[in-house]
Order: sequence, then C-alpha cells, then structure tokens
Amino acid sequence: MNWLLDLTPDEWNAVRLSIKVASVAMIASLPPGILLALLLARGRFWGKTLLNGLVHLPLILPPVVTGYLLLLTFGRRGPAGAFLAEHFGIVFSFRWTGAALACGVMGFPLMVRAIRLSIEAVDRKMEAAAGTLGANPLWVFATITLPLILPGLIAGAILSFAKAMGEFGATITFVSNIPNETQTLPSAIYTFTQVPGGDEGALRLTLISIAISMVALIASEVLARRVGRRMDIE
Amino acid sequence: MTLSVDIRHRLGDFALEAGFESAGRLTALFGPSGSGKSTLINLIAGLIRPDKGRIAVDGRVLVDTEARIFVPMHKRRIGMVFQDARLFPHMSVAGNLRYGRWFTPSSERYAKMDAVVDLLGIGHLLDRRPAKLSGGEKQRVAIGRALLASPKLLLMDEPLASLDEARKAEILPYIERLRDETKIPIAYVSHSVAEVARLASDVVVLSQGKVAAAGPTEAIMQRLDLLPAEERGEGGAVLDTKVLRHDEAFGMTVLASQAGEIRVPKLAQAAGAPVRIRIRARDVMIATEQPAGLSALNILAGTITAVRPGIGPTVEIAINCNGAIVLARITEQSKHTLRLALGRQVFAVIKTVSFDSATTGAGLPVEADG
Repeated sequence: MNWLLDLTPDEWNAVRLSIKVASVAMIASLPPGILLALLLARGRFWGKTLLNGLVHLPLILPPVVTGYLLLLTFGRRGPAGAFLAEHFGIVFSFRWTGAALACGVMGFPLMVRAIRLSIEAVDRKMEAAAGTLGANPLWVFATITLPLILPGLIAGAILSFAKAMGEFGATITFVSNIPNETQTLPSAIYTFTQVPGGDEGALRLTLISIAISMVALIASEVLARRVGRRMDIE
Repeated sequence: MTLSVDIRHRLGDFALEAGFESAGRLTALFGPSGSGKSTLINLIAGLIRPDKGRIAVDGRVLVDTEARIFVPMHKRRIGMVFQDARLFPHMSVAGNLRYGRWFTPSSERYAKMDAVVDLLGIGHLLDRRPAKLSGGEKQRVAIGRALLASPKLLLMDEPLASLDEARKAEILPYIERLRDETKIPIAYVSHSVAEVARLASDVVVLSQGKVAAAGPTEAIMQRLDLLPAEERGEGGAVLDTKVLRHDEAFGMTVLASQAGEIRVPKLAQAAGAPVRIRIRARDVMIATEQPAGLSALNILAGTITAVRPGIGPTVEIAINCNGAIVLARITEQSKHTLRLALGRQVFAVIKTVSFDSATTGAGLPVEADG
C-alpha cells in the first residue's frame, strides 16, 4: 500500500494541479452554462440550432482540433488571447489557466446538456404561480427555477469535473505538457508511458485518478439524492 | 370593490368577447368548459395579455390596450388559486405560505399568518412537504398562500374541479368562511351549479366566449336555460335560510325561510346559523289543493308568477311563496291537466329526502381539525 502513496513531488503536483484545473473549469463554466442552457431551453430566436451546434462542437470534434482552435484564438498571438493579456493580464498559453480553459470547453457541452434537460423539465406553471404571488422574473428564477433544477445542476457540474479530470488531447495541444504548470494527471501518465521503467508511476497515477473520479461520482450521487429527497416532487 | 372587465381576445379559433362589472363579495364566472371562463381569469391575473380591452379593479387600471397599460402579474396584487394547487415542491407548507409575504410592501400586509392558518385549519400541516398532503389539504394551503400575499382580489380557477366529492365537501365550508370572514373580494370560476349556488353572491354566465347573463345568484339560478345541459337538472331556487332547530328524534333540521319552514336532513350547523339551500326545480311537485295524506314534509303555499316552456315536454313554473320564488319543473301534461296558469294559488311540495349535501351544504366540522 505504501508504494501507492509514496509519490514523487512532481507526481503530487500533477494530482494537485489536476484537481485545481478541474475545479476551476467546473466553477467557471457554471454561470455561462446556466445562461446558455436557459437560452436553449426557453429562448426563441433565429440561429438557435446553430448556437446549439456550436455548444456541442467540442463533443464531436477531435480534441486535438479543439485544442488547436484554442491555440489559434487564445494563444499569445490569437485575437482573444492578445486582447485578454493586454487589457486584463490574463494569459492562457502554457499556463495552468489555459489547461482549465481547455478542460472547461471540453466539458461544456455535457454541462449545458444536463442543465438544459432539467430546465425543460421544470413545470412552468410553478413559475406562473410565483408570479401571481408578487415575485418578479428574477426572483422567480432564484427562488423557484434554480432550486427545482438543482439536481440537474449538480449532475452537470460533476460531469464537467469528470471530463476535466480526464481531458488530454485539447490540453496537451493548447498548453503542452509542462511539469508543475500544465502537466495534469493524464499528461503525467502519458509521460510515464513514454519513458523506460515508467510503468510503476503510470499505474500509481492511474489508480489515483480512478479513486478521484469515483469519489466525485459518489459525492454527486449522494448530493443529488439528498436534494431529490428534500424536494420529493409529486 | 368593483371588478370591471371589457375584453376582446382571440385564441386560435376561439374568440372571447366579454364585458361585465361586478361588485359582489364572491362573483362566480360560470359556464361549461370551453366557454372562456379560465381565459378570462388568466387575463385578470395577468397571465395572458389581451388583444384588446380594459380591466380595472377598484378603479385601478390593470390593462388598457388603448392607453398601452399592462401591469405585469407580479405587480397586480391579485391572488390566484389554481385548479392544480401548484404548491412549490421544494418548500414546506410554512415556506409556501410565507412566499408571497416577501413581495408585499409591509404597509399593505393585512393578512396575518395565525389568522389564515386558523381560518383554513392547516396548523398541523406547517412542517410538511406538499407531496405529503392530500388533495384537499393542498388546496387549502394554496388558498392560504394566496391570502398571505394580502391580495386586493382573489381569483379561484375551479379550485375544486380536480377533487372527489368528499374532498370538495371538506373545502367548501372554508371557502364560505373566507367569503364571510375576510374582506377580500373573490372571483370564482366554476362549471358546477352546486358550487355557484352555494358560494356566489353574483354570477356572470359565460357561453361560447360571450357573457350570456350577469346578476345576483338567486335570479341567475332560476334561469334554467342559462345552465349547461348536463347541469340543468341542478338548477332551481336558491334560498337563504337560518337554522331554526334540530329535530333529534327524526334526524332532521328545520330551517326558517321566507317561504316558510323547510325540513331537511340533519345539518351540523348550530341553531341560528345561516344556511343557503338550493331547491332543484325537478324536485318540486305542484298541488292545486292543500295535500293530505302525503309523505312529503315540505308544503309551501304560493302563487304562480311565471310559466315558461322548458326543455323537451316540460314547463318551468315559478311560484311566489311569501316573496321567495320557488321554481318547479313539471311536464306539459301535468300543467294541462291541473290547468296551471298565472295567478293561480298552488302548493309547492318538496320531499325532505330530495335535499342532500350538494343542496344544503355540510358546514364546517364541529371540531375543526388543527
């Protein structure tokens, strides 16, 4: 058992970095995820099908392509990347923030899909009832819609987190594989498999990544069940 | 309070063109399904925007398409009780009840939690989740929730339609209490003669999107031609009476009405309590002489004031019994044989057994739960 936890500092960093990157990706995707899910579930506008396709693109494209597109837009010379670096000091290329961006983008369609489905399941009559009681649309959203979609929100967030933990192709293409900066668990495992005698390290990190994913999954199940029981929708 | 509505609205093939004014305590919007009554109430609540027209409550204009006024529903301060209670599943009963309070300016909050909870007998339900309530309990909580937002007008959209008879009987007394003990004017949508006759002070009859008639309940309920076909048998005279005494030995209650004493199966109300009864026209027999040797217990003397052709081989005869109109529906043949005509002195005969809980009401349980 000891050999499992006896990680080198670089390996520990990979674990920590992965959790950090996945958490940031998940949390940062939530607000735009909710907004887009609302737009797609409720909105009626020209180009909705197109927007829906765009949101789902990272699911269909090869991750390498997504990573390359990110590099083109958010890289140091990319239009968005240059703008953000100049005006806000936010740099993505070859930083852990870039890894988080890549992971967030890759998990985004999964998150939006889960939230959208739960929004579509909300009984809009409940919202009308809240309106007649004096709640304006913003309050209705905060006190009725949001609590009712909470299980879907949790599911979407966990899916995004899990996807981020496993993301490899887009990340390595966009921000490369730099130890202590952009080397997440999958990248670290990949590196181990490329050097002779790296099998043991690869296996250790594999087991750890399985454990983290399982914990996240179980936590989401428990949380969702709690919320579900609290609601007890007829 | 006056509710004034003058609206034109088109929904697909259906056109609603309704105009009326009502100042009643409880105004029933009455008509068969598809007559536009729910659309009308949704327009008043602000859930739909009318194509054309004006709606005002107590002079406050809520909608005026010409003046481009449309007050959004959350600013109307109009309470709404839906057919499906629509309680928020993620809140307890107490949470549901308190919901509207947040959005009511404190200077306009007149509804008190304790009073409303008492009025509706829901004190024992406060900690429960909506999913754990019966249909009748849900509806009572929904009424309480609407009341606690301190509305200026309460709309009820067929609040009993999805409940079985027992549950209906459970809620009706609470709605009566609401009508009698609070000052909130109520507009009540229903297709049931029994509910309207029992609850309403005024009735607006809707038919195919138009107002067919409007007036006091007693007058409207006698117009059998206004009632939907399947409810026509339920039409008749509506009398406001008082409990005179209970006849324990025979299990009856004697009511004092303008037309005279009326014996009905025993009621729960105490002596002196007001009871509104409905005498179905089809339950009334007519005798030209004081009957003797008859099992029926209620014999009211009166004069024929109207003879109208009814549906099929029937006639409707209105009998003025000491100022109260009792309506009888009999066959053409009987009218012919008995030579019934205007001005003739007759006796209206009503069996005690023909009264039931739908026509006399059940009253609140003596020991209200909670």
